[in-house]
Amino acid sequence: MTTFPIEKIREDFPILKEKIGNKPLVYLDNAATCQKPQAVIDSISHLYMYEYANVHRGVHTLSVRATDRYEGAREKVKNFINAASTKEIIFVKGTTEAINLIAQSFGKANIKAGDEILITAMEHHSNIVPWQILCKETGAVLKVAPINLQGELIFAEFERLISDKTKLVSVVHMSNALGTINPVKAIIAAAKTKNIAVLLDGAQAIPHIPVDVQALDCDFYAFSGHKLYAPSGIGVLYGKQALLEAMPPYQSGGDMIRKVTFEHTEYNGLPYKFEAGTPSIADVVGLGAAIDYLSAIGMDNIAAYEAELLDYATEKAKAIATLRIIGEAKDKGAILSFVLDKVHPHDIGTMLDSLGIAVRAGHHCAMPVMDFFAVPATARASFAIYNSKQEIDVLMNGIEQLIEVFG
Amino acid sequence: MFDDLRDLYQEVIFDHNRNPRNFRVMENPDREVEGFNPLCGDRLTLFLKIQNNAISDASFQGSGCAISTASVSLMTEIVKGKTKNEAEELFQQFHAMTTGKDDQIDLKAIGKLAVLAGVREYPARVKCATLAWHTLDAALKNKEKSISTE
Repeated sequence: MTTFPIEKIREDFPILKEKIGNKPLVYLDNAATCQKPQAVIDSISHLYMYEYANVHRGVHTLSVRATDRYEGAREKVKNFINAASTKEIIFVKGTTEAINLIAQSFGKANIKAGDEILITAMEHHSNIVPWQILCKETGAVLKVAPINLQGELIFAEFERLISDKTKLVSVVHMSNALGTINPVKAIIAAAKTKNIAVLLDGAQAIPHIPVDVQALDCDFYAFSGHKLYAPSGIGVLYGKQALLEAMPPYQSGGDMIRKVTFEHTEYNGLPYKFEAGTPSIADVVGLGAAIDYLSAIGMDNIAAYEAELLDYATEKAKAIATLRIIGEAKDKGAILSFVLDKVHPHDIGTMLDSLGIAVRAGHHCAMPVMDFFAVPATARASFAIYNSKQEIDVLMNGIEQLIEVFG
Repeated sequence: MFDDLRDLYQEVIFDHNRNPRNFRVMENPDREVEGFNPLCGDRLTLFLKIQNNAISDASFQGSGCAISTASVSLMTEIVKGKTKNEAEELFQQFHAMTTGKDDQIDLKAIGKLAVLAGVREYPARVKCATLAWHTLDAALKNKEKSISTE
């Protein structure tokens, strides 16, 4: 690999020049949301300054420009995840809405009393609660495949839980609390032996590793823009065309219809059937700009650089005697979740903040994971393309200092 | 190195975090209430003995950050021997202190609790300090068996 252009990339993110108190910002809360490059910020201003109008509506010039930009972004998303068609790219608010869409549309049409939905023990609340609600509404049963103490899915148990009753497998691609990257190819292959639909929660995976939905052969893939250097409030649901076509609408209103009378409504085709109402136009354009930015760097290069960062951070963390890493999967993305013997994660968070370092302290919307590891919360440093080894040194030095202060 | 945090993490707080006072399960308590902060996972159980309308003993169990541990530890010390009304009044004072309403604070009554005044500068940490007191309030009013900050 050629040298990763870290200095150039850092220049692209204006917020990295911010000071916290009088300390340079060390932003390590990327798994919660990540910062935006100038190119994304500019794309939004440019749209509002020169190209903004509603999409798919008017014959006037601005509406055509805005529609071109909006649909252009859909094409970029399609290429980024290698979908077969732009009809398979549905813009939603984020991963959470994408999963809720599947639960309410695919779920209600295909899942009935006695059927089973299979998830894992490392899911984010947003890949647990929609299924609990669906199960309550339909009488279906939620099954949970266990994890081991390294934070890896116990694959044999997962396979054992697949049955003739299973109608959907919904699994996180990369865990936000542990960093674990699940063996999604094997998961999908196992599900396909019984013709079970598979949804991957890609919220964490998408900024860190190349994703090819056709190579994976997943039925649905959900992700958010804001963890992919794009604005918040925008996300993507990928779905195989045949499945999406058979699904009933999720929300109804303008743009998702072809013909409306008071007696009958004919729905619009894909992807518009699932995009009722005026969408978040500028945020979609911002997502397109983020994809251009990342594609220029290359997702393979990003994955390799971040793996280097994680190795470096893990080695340093292991040298701290009272630090315990939570999540030590063999296949892991750029997340370092940890606890200290005598210091609560919230105190770690406040202490590090006073040094300009932003980490997350809490349950990471994965309370069952915390229960499994018998910790109330963890501190989590999560890395992005603009983080450097020097910043990891600042973090580790801060941790050593605060351990001393707490004695 | 952590100079900016001296107002928040005073030595008394470190002391109570390392050696929490009244950290024990109480036999036959008159009140037992669980306090929970779902945002950070802090969880504590408060035990009270009430005699002649006054708190004759207070203890707690649970795990939390230094601020919440020190707060509940200090609280169990200060409320012992107080009547229910006096303890409620103290809760009001503590609440005013941690939310920055200085004009309503009786410094003499607050006493040692003043070490927790620093949380007012840290909105994300105010609930760590007040969890203990909301739990006490519920225990004194004999309302719920468990309370949550959210």
